Amino acid sequence: MIRLLHRWPGLAALLLVVLLALSGAALSVFPAADRLTAPQAEQGLSVAELASRVAAQHPGVEQIKRSPSGRFTAYWFNGDVAEAATIDPATGKAVASADPNPVQRWLTNFHRSLFLDDGGRIVMALGAVAMLLLSVSGMVLVARRAGGWRRWFSGLKGPLAGRLHVEVARIAVAGLMLSSVTALYMTASTFGLTPEAPAALAAPAQVSGETGAAVGQIDFLQGVPASSLRQLSFPAADDPADVFTLATSDGEGFIDQGNGALLAWQKSSGWQRLSETIYMLHTGQGAAALGLILGLLALGVPLMAATGTLVWLAGRRGRPRIQHNSPLASAETVILVGSEGGSTWGFAATLHKALREAGQQVHAAALAQFDADRLHQARHVIILAATYGNGDEPASARGFLAKLAALDTPPAATLAVLGFGDSSFPSFCGYARTIATLAAAKGWGQLLDMATVDRQSPQDFARWGSDLGTMLGLPLDLVHQPVAPPALALTLVSRRDHGAEVQAPSAILRFSLPKVALWQRLTGRGFGAFVAGDLLGVIPEGSSVPRFYSLASGAADGFIEIVVRRQPGGLCSGQLTALEPGQTVQAFLRPNPAFRPAGGAAPLILIGAGSGIGPLAGFIRANRAARPIHLFFGMRHQASDFLYGEELTQWHGEGRLTRLVTAASRGRRPHYVQDALRAEAAEVLALVKQGARIMVCGGRDMAAGVSEALAQILAPAGLTPALLRAEGRYAEDVY
Amino acid sequence: MMKSFLAVLALTTALGFPAAAMAKPVTLTTTLKDYGGNGAYLAIYVTDKSGAYAGSLWMAGSKTKYYKHLANWYQATGGDTGQINGITGASVGAGRTLEITLDLKDALFDAGYTLHVDGAVEDMRDSANDVKVPLTTAGAGKPVKGRRYVSTLTYGM
Repeated sequence: MIRLLHRWPGLAALLLVVLLALSGAALSVFPAADRLTAPQAEQGLSVAELASRVAAQHPGVEQIKRSPSGRFTAYWFNGDVAEAATIDPATGKAVASADPNPVQRWLTNFHRSLFLDDGGRIVMALGAVAMLLLSVSGMVLVARRAGGWRRWFSGLKGPLAGRLHVEVARIAVAGLMLSSVTALYMTASTFGLTPEAPAALAAPAQVSGETGAAVGQIDFLQGVPASSLRQLSFPAADDPADVFTLATSDGEGFIDQGNGALLAWQKSSGWQRLSETIYMLHTGQGAAALGLILGLLALGVPLMAATGTLVWLAGRRGRPRIQHNSPLASAETVILVGSEGGSTWGFAATLHKALREAGQQVHAAALAQFDADRLHQARHVIILAATYGNGDEPASARGFLAKLAALDTPPAATLAVLGFGDSSFPSFCGYARTIATLAAAKGWGQLLDMATVDRQSPQDFARWGSDLGTMLGLPLDLVHQPVAPPALALTLVSRRDHGAEVQAPSAILRFSLPKVALWQRLTGRGFGAFVAGDLLGVIPEGSSVPRFYSLASGAADGFIEIVVRRQPGGLCSGQLTALEPGQTVQAFLRPNPAFRPAGGAAPLILIGAGSGIGPLAGFIRANRAARPIHLFFGMRHQASDFLYGEELTQWHGEGRLTRLVTAASRGRRPHYVQDALRAEAAEVLALVKQGARIMVCGGRDMAAGVSEALAQILAPAGLTPALLRAEGRYAEDVY
Repeated sequence: MMKSFLAVLALTTALGFPAAAMAKPVTLTTTLKDYGGNGAYLAIYVTDKSGAYAGSLWMAGSKTKYYKHLANWYQATGGDTGQINGITGASVGAGRTLEITLDLKDALFDAGYTLHVDGAVEDMRDSANDVKVPLTTAGAGKPVKGRRYVSTLTYGM
């Protein structure tokens, strides 16, 4: 619901809010420029002294005004010609034109009304309403994504467009809300919808009837600082009934032109002050620095419009239409989808198609539409559920848990739950687990144990599909490639083999960089811009399911490098390790922002074993800034599978690698990488206390062993791997 | 900008003339200078021979919150919009011409009545009495210069 409130106003008012923001940002410069160029009043200057200086220079002066930026303008008549100028309060002399800046005037009229007068004002006000709606709904979405308001500034994961969108939004949103709320007040005020200013002060009935008080000698004016002046109007010289009219930040009143007595004074009302404050907050006039900040924040709007559109387009692309969806009443299998961004629907569509082709009547719907009373024919219910943020319900599952909790008797159809998530988040598949636990507590019959799909892994999904097929007695081959970018043919340039002697045949494969279109280089898509740790999806011959390998090089290195260990019976690893220079494979790139060293100078602790050295070697190779890097590398035997052995020595010499600790599981003193960590416990702890970031790459068992060892090492400092993970200082890439 | 308006004036009652009094159509043509600002608010009104406000002929500009910048008119009427009911139009752009046609009583001419124009423009000076011209038969058709925003004003019979 909130997402809809964010998406549709955003798309509908896209152009309008961008125009508002750009013109507003341009306008924000003027108050600052005005403040810098206008001669300001000296400390302690009174209105009396100022007025007498101006009157001396311009006899017949009619009015003196002070703008919020401190610019004094005087108006007088030269014969019958009206004249005006910016004056220097120190001398009373004219120093610059008083005419409004034509560029500023043009921008102001565009910003407030598109040159369309009242109709345009209403359109622009609707733009401000859209901006406000987007800000509020966006804040709720950011908090949900981060897993709570208190994690507002927590680290972000996911595709670049989405991250940029949130990154900019969480900084800019305060300014945008201020600008849109004040804009709406100002529009309301223009249309007379805000409380009226009090009636003007009536002209005094009694005046002295004399003329000729010297303005510099008037007591009251001597007590009013020039910096609080709004305007001072001089009486007509030929009319003894006329008076001085004074307006200051406090109020307004009349002064006798004969004896200088204050004839009437009215303090400005609360509403007037509010209006003036709102005007200042919106325009920056009188608050130039704030204006510049608001202008700068407004520049985030075009960026958010662009990234928001990209996020929306990606969501649309990733959500295939379910074809031939059977009616719920006649479906044997019901697929319920809890999806936030839409990617889970892609998996649902693949499952739907496979079951249908196996002869089933299948109905797919959003999890939020679950209705236990309408599962008449259903024999199986399959729930595919993503997790949002900190284990929250995804958008299309709103209210499902409450419905489930309210059931007296569970449905007769048996249940299978498949969770989708990112194992680098603390509550991996937390929502799916909650469903599975609650369903079990309700006694809902189970079709299959709950399973998980990590980072949209096609392998995880295919594996679960074959389990499901076995249970259903159907041949299910679930081939799902979430976002299938076009694969390119990569040509092998060189290979270096290791580990054959220790039954761990591995190869470092280097491919040449394919030709990249200019737009890809500019937008950083595909092979245009990648870094070590990103994933290379390789599509083996004889299968359409890609296998992912962590990259050991970045685009800056000028080649694509991966480390592959041949798995017994492995289709893809078999083909890759048999590849000869000159031969090609079909592959595509997938960014993996969750596994990057992040910026900064804090030390890095890299821990890997076997072919897991790949991305870690890539990080070290790219470490031209000589950030301290400590590498713990586990292998079988120094003489056989010491991948990157020579380079690591060279990188150490160049300062790219601070320290290398190896562990060999065979040979004279067999031990594992977690043993090496324990042996260096004191140093590891010291590094972590310095703010070190830990990155682990390798097999699942190794990662578990490393996590356990680190838990022991960190315990004395009251730290755990989970705590570091929550701070974004512990990343794993496991397979 | 061309504006035509036929007004049987509120001046009639204000001045206590009999309803049968003779009236003739008068065309008021106000051309603005190219003063380089947003559209001008103009209040066109008449005072009698003692200088007291007698009635309004036209108000160019529709947002009442800005009327206080038409200082003399505002002081005389207290900003009473009843004075300009039905005789209000859009503000007049720089360099444009406002033309209005009204039925004015014959007795207003050569009797000490004065025609005033107060002008105001956003972010620019307020110009009370931009034009101040006696209503005389002899003065008809002769352009009068304004002080700030009005280039010329002509009343023709």
